[in-house]
Amino acid sequence: MAYSKELLDHYENPKNVGSMDKNSDEVGTGLVGAPACGDVMKLQIKVNENGVIEDAKFKTFGCGSAIASSSLITEWVKGKNIDEANEIKNTEIANHLALPPVKIHCSVLAEDAIKAAIDDYKKKNDK
Amino acid sequence: MKKINNIYLDYQATTPADPRVIEKMLPYFGEIYGNPHSRNHSFGWEAEEAVEFARENVAKSISANPKEIIFTSGATESNNLAIKGVAEFYGDKKNHIITCVTEHKCVLESCRLLSEKGFKVTYLPVNKDGLININELESAITDKTLIVSIMGVHNEIGVIQPLKKIGEICKKHDVFFHTDCAQAVGKIPLDVNDMNIDLLSISGHKIYAPKGIGALYVRRKPRVRISAMMSGGGQERGMRSGTLSPALCVGLGEACRICNLEMQEESNRINDLKNLLIDGIKNECSDIFINGSEKHRVPGNVNLSFAYVEGESLMMGIKNLAVSSGSACTSASLEPSYVLKALGVSEELAHTSLRIGIGRFTTEHDVKQAVDVIVDEVKRLRTLSPLWEMAQEGVDISKIKWAAH
Repeated sequence: MAYSKELLDHYENPKNVGSMDKNSDEVGTGLVGAPACGDVMKLQIKVNENGVIEDAKFKTFGCGSAIASSSLITEWVKGKNIDEANEIKNTEIANHLALPPVKIHCSVLAEDAIKAAIDDYKKKNDK
Repeated sequence: MKKINNIYLDYQATTPADPRVIEKMLPYFGEIYGNPHSRNHSFGWEAEEAVEFARENVAKSISANPKEIIFTSGATESNNLAIKGVAEFYGDKKNHIITCVTEHKCVLESCRLLSEKGFKVTYLPVNKDGLININELESAITDKTLIVSIMGVHNEIGVIQPLKKIGEICKKHDVFFHTDCAQAVGKIPLDVNDMNIDLLSISGHKIYAPKGIGALYVRRKPRVRISAMMSGGGQERGMRSGTLSPALCVGLGEACRICNLEMQEESNRINDLKNLLIDGIKNECSDIFINGSEKHRVPGNVNLSFAYVEGESLMMGIKNLAVSSGSACTSASLEPSYVLKALGVSEELAHTSLRIGIGRFTTEHDVKQAVDVIVDEVKRLRTLSPLWEMAQEGVDISKIKWAAH
């Protein structure tokens, strides 16, 4: 697969790899995908009292495109408030990384992951 | 094209032509360029002589008579010719074909096409080792069964089917036995008489001959008839028209001659390298699984699943190694390998597989480098993997309800 430089950089030097305490009220966790599909993304966000995402971490089981999509999205959400972060579209990720058509679904999964993390945070904080 | 990969470990996909093979071929492009079917002059006779000498060597590799070898463009053509050729010739009397779910696409597609034309096809399952069950094969045979087609050595998992037993059963029930031996010639001893084989496919580029040449063995005693697919001048005893390329035939012949001489020694050397590779990886990484039978297997085929790490991401990380993967992401269809599925390998493990092929020109240094690179990448990707994290925490991943997209 001929990948863009941008994608390769995220794959070789992924940003924000790691885990947060999923029991903390400040943390929202999104776990999407399925091992049987070959794609699982775990995305976590730490939100402050103003609703701004201070930090984000990810772990991904998946191809180079999946790893790059999730790495990129953790970079993008940092500093955004949760409503803005909720608006991030998979097409923006796909364009930025120049994903080949057969890999677009990886960007969709990343969008699902951030939405799931935000939903989890909101549920915990009854917002 | 920038050369990134410098260690070739995909010997099941193809092999480089052996320098000894290339040397033997060269005169037949410019110097000895006659048409081997030209009967009237020495240009033709010289070319014909080379072709016939090559034919003898091909025959020797499977203990056949040279008159039983026809040259083709490769194993795909040979498989098509064997199955469709027999079906067309005998199809009005017997119309049942038995094959196996793990066969190569050219065999499966040929059978599928025939089933559209009214033939009945039975696809035998395999056990988790990748082997067929001999009793199931015998039970599947009816008085309408025309041919059984089971490959000798599997391209993806390297397992060796029980050819002699299959041959015995086919002979007992008066059924033709075809075997795709593209990956078997030169790797395991083959004897068409001892194994009661009626048709056998050979591939040049799997045995260090060039791409574009293969052969089909067609038994003469008792005679197996096939309908030709290519109409024309009647070359190759009427079974395959078309001018033969002396260079390519010579290449295949020389490759077979070398295999006949060096097979045992080469097999031992490759087996040592295989152990070095697998032990090297398993010593550093846990949760590594070998796909397919370990016992009934050619040494050069190492098909491994690396739990919690996806295959395409692993291949990207080991970028100076040329290998292949059973992961969906690397197949155009996004489906994981149908072969691993047939073995009962779970989907998530199928996504984590790599096929590493060791061959004639693989060195110990290559293998040691491969071990280092693979181990480093597996460890790195496991730190990225939520599944690895869950496994380390003692979570039973199989119990999680995934919200698949």
